[in-house]
Amino acid sequence: MEWILDNLGNIAELTVAHLALSLPAVVIAFVVSIPLAWVANRIRAIREPVLTSTGLLYAVPSLPLFILLPALIGTSVRDPLNVVIALSIFGLALMVRSAAEALDAVTDDVRTSATAIGFSGIGRFFTVELPLAGPALLAGVRVVCVSSISLVSVSAVLGVTSLGSLFTDGFARDILGSIIAGILMTVVLALICDLLLVLAGRLLMPWNVKSAGSRRRPRLRRSAEANA
Amino acid sequence: MNNVMEALTWLFTADAWTGSGGLWVRAMEHLGYTLLALGISAAVALPLGLLIGHTGRGRGAAVLATGAARALPTLGLLTLVALFTGIGLTAPMAALVILAAPSVLAGAYAGIESVNPATVDAARAQGMNGWQVLTLVEIPLGLPLILSGLRLAALQVIATATLAAYVGAGGLGRPLFLGLQTYDYPTMLGASIVVILLAILVDAVFGLGQRVLRRLPGLAGPQRAPRAERRRTARRAVTTGH
Repeated sequence: MEWILDNLGNIAELTVAHLALSLPAVVIAFVVSIPLAWVANRIRAIREPVLTSTGLLYAVPSLPLFILLPALIGTSVRDPLNVVIALSIFGLALMVRSAAEALDAVTDDVRTSATAIGFSGIGRFFTVELPLAGPALLAGVRVVCVSSISLVSVSAVLGVTSLGSLFTDGFARDILGSIIAGILMTVVLALICDLLLVLAGRLLMPWNVKSAGSRRRPRLRRSAEANA
Repeated sequence: MNNVMEALTWLFTADAWTGSGGLWVRAMEHLGYTLLALGISAAVALPLGLLIGHTGRGRGAAVLATGAARALPTLGLLTLVALFTGIGLTAPMAALVILAAPSVLAGAYAGIESVNPATVDAARAQGMNGWQVLTLVEIPLGLPLILSGLRLAALQVIATATLAAYVGAGGLGRPLFLGLQTYDYPTMLGASIVVILLAILVDAVFGLGQRVLRRLPGLAGPQRAPRAERRRTARRAVTTGH
């Protein structure tokens, strides 16, 4: 406890470094996944191959990827950029499929109606399809955000500064407080970012508040319980 | 690209693979850790998940717990346990089990929940008791999702088992960290490539298992939900993470 209070400044600095690594990755994954998903949905023949191959990227373990990337793109192992790119790849692996499914869930009726009242292709995408896919896209981004924030720490064993440095330092110097502070801050950071995403979703998609609440309610199995 | 060539050349020499610290031994250690951790977490989380899915009780708590576990940083957990247990296999094993359990749990309850309630009611109407419904109807029909949970857990464990060497255990992380300390990039790279191949291999084995499962008569029949819908439910329930 005392260690944590003595090192608040240091912890704050590491938190900022942690965010600087994870947030760009989330944004990149989101922005890149939308056009990829759109193309995959448009050209049916490549849909499954694209989704499967991006999904396969997720099978690649994080630490080896941090090490493999420099050989492929010429960054250095301790370069923060290297970590951001690796995290973007993981984010993309999760996001492309959920984006493709989110955009695909917009019904043809809606699409045809939008065209009928005069929306053009691109206008229809941004003003009709994207907002309607919004809630499902948000769910995907939330998963990517939380997992990116917890994944960043691993890069600390390579010497990249983040909240993970609290683990490597704490372990090397036998300071329990350092490790506990690192775990707590990572979880708190993930929760805060998740909460901000939910709030952003409410602001951007005010029409969705009611339906989101009812969807999350667990399925009732009244008949089964009555029989038990 | 030079480094890649050097790493590949190293991977194709016999010296790299043989001997007590060779890649073959390390890969087997790595697989051994993975199987042990997966076995332990399955022994704990599978029955619990099946129970939650069958009774519908404790679902909220399980969803919360699996969600929170996704935010837990692997390295933090590992070093935290290692401070108490010292270097060796105990800390990585504890961390691996804790990391694998949520995926197994989520897969298990999602699998049971994915079974059509009408089918469950029909089974009860036939006079089956709770245990029979669970073992003869719900588990067999929920098997695809239960296996997805195990598959995800296996991937997470293989990825994380690399960190075991950070606290003094073996596995493929050993040559990786050795390369890191001695600035021997080709060795690091070579070991990384082997970990990646191992992960993809294990994932493929699970994928094959799921494929075989899908062809079984009871699971391929028309009473199942359409494929797309089944997948969507699977993704919502089975948490992802590394």
